[in-house]
Parts: sequence; C-alpha cells; structure tokens
Amino acid sequence: MPWFEDIKIGSRLELGSHTFTAEEIIAYARKYDPQYFHVDEEAAKAGPFGGLTASGWHTSATWMKLMIATRQGAKEPPGEDGRVPPAGGPSPGFLDMKWPVPVRPGDTISYSSEVIEKIDMKTRPEWGIVRSRNTGVNQRGETVLSFTGQGLVQRRQPRGA
Amino acid sequence: MREPKYYWEDFRPGEVAEFGEKTVSKEEIVEFASEFDPQPFHLDEEAGRQSILGGLCASGWHSCAMMMRMMCDAYILESASMGAPGVDEVRWKKPVYAGDTIRLRRTCLERRPSKSRPEMGLTRFRLELVNQKGEVAVSSEGWAMYGRRHPGAPVEE
Repeated sequence: MPWFEDIKIGSRLELGSHTFTAEEIIAYARKYDPQYFHVDEEAAKAGPFGGLTASGWHTSATWMKLMIATRQGAKEPPGEDGRVPPAGGPSPGFLDMKWPVPVRPGDTISYSSEVIEKIDMKTRPEWGIVRSRNTGVNQRGETVLSFTGQGLVQRRQPRGA
Repeated sequence: MREPKYYWEDFRPGEVAEFGEKTVSKEEIVEFASEFDPQPFHLDEEAGRQSILGGLCASGWHSCAMMMRMMCDAYILESASMGAPGVDEVRWKKPVYAGDTIRLRRTCLERRPSKSRPEMGLTRFRLELVNQKGEVAVSSEGWAMYGRRHPGAPVEE
C-alpha cells in the first residue's frame, strides 16, 4: 500500500463484492457463532430475523478478506527513491460497527473503504494511523455493514526526522 | 427450541462474570487468516517474529470470532438471544499469539427495554479476552438484544 504520507483523505477504494451462500454462512457460524438463526435454516424461520442470516462477524471478516485481496492486486511500484512501498500494518481496533440489515443466503454484498482521517502516533514515529469509513451494501442498495476502521501504515520518513 | 435458561432480565448492570479458557493453536490462526486475513504475520511464524507484532498472532477478526464462540458456549446458546445491532468499539490491545490461553470476561454495563418491541430488551456489555499473563488482549463494548421473560412488564432498577 502507499506510504502514510501519500494517502489522501477522501480517497475511496471499491473492494469488489461477495455472494454469501447458505453453505458458507452455516460453515462460518458452526465454527464461530453457532446460534440457531446462523446454522439451522428451518429453525431460523421462527427466529428474530425470519430466516437464516450470516453472523455479523462473518459479514465483517469478509470486508477484511476483500480489502487484503484489493491491496494484493494493486501492489505499488517502487518510488523515485527506489524503495518499495510498505505492506499493511496491524490495527488498534475499530469503532461504531453497525449491522443494520441482515445478510441472507444469495445476497451479494459490495464493500468499500474511504479514508477519513490520518493520525500521528506519539509512541511510534515510524508509523501513522489511517482511519477509514467502511461499508457493505447489498444488491438492493441497503447498507448491511458500516464501521470506522483503523490501520497502522508506515511512514516514508519517521516523523520529526 | 428449548426453553431458554437466560433472558434479558438475567443480566444485571454491574455484574462481572468470567468464562473459558481456550488455548489458541497455530493451526486455527492460520486457518482463519488463510480465508479472511492472509497477512504474513497471521500466516507464518518467521514473518510474525520479524513484524511489529513480534510473533505469529491471530487476526483481530479471528479474535472477535473466538470471543463470539466463547460467548456462545458460555451462555448465548442457552439464552433468548436475538442477535446484536453492531458493536460500539473493539480495541485490539495486545496480539493473541499462537499458544496463548485466553478467557472471557463479561461486564454488564447497562440495560433498557425496547420501546417498540415489548418482547425484547437491550443490554450493553463490555467483553474482554484476557490472556494467561492477565493482560486484556481484546476489549469490546456494545449492545445485544435478548428476549424478555416477562414481555412488557414494568422494569425495576
């Protein structure tokens, strides 16, 4: 990905889309969130969502999957200084995650990420934090996922150097 | 559906409970990361050691998934859970490394009955994954929805 200094507030990435099948909704939920409305199509009909739905964590993890695929597909070329731009760093966490509409089998979710803020790190002059507004939208245009993500990105030059 | 053991009424503000433990294997870290978060520090021990994280560690999304599973096994599957509208905040404070043993700490922060749905109540929890050194590795806060044992009944606090 680009160096921290080169990331522009307002820049937006379309991450592509993913169609959720009943099989993968159930496979994820059996491992990580085996509530009946995520693993049992019959029982889910009488549940709070009136049918089988994906775990919210599955919807969210798929955002990460497509973010990584997008980054890997768009490797930055070396700059004029000959240095290869960095890989992505870790994240300190996220804020304000919402799952306003459930994801059901057959739904196709289109994911995106827009940079909203860049933050200096006091303790790590070689890194900065990039905040982004991230969303998933279904085939009817309904938002099924939104959250403010954060990621550490390396600086070309340490701050203060 | 069996009669749930825990309803909205059973989670009381101020109550703290601990559940677990679970030892996190390298294999499960790599399995999750291969599908959802294939960054080198989640896939390879040497790459992990050389990264800012200092070792092979779980994707934050995997930590959240493990926390969810621990909640399910500890009480949610026996409850009148109606899902969650989201999560206010998750902090990935320390990496969860391969070989770590984690437990779940649940603090009930506040609750309110649903205004529009008398059969439902909302409860805000702080959920933490604590490692074998007593460090909080993951901390989250958010609301969850539960069915009420007595729909629409007046609430005493």
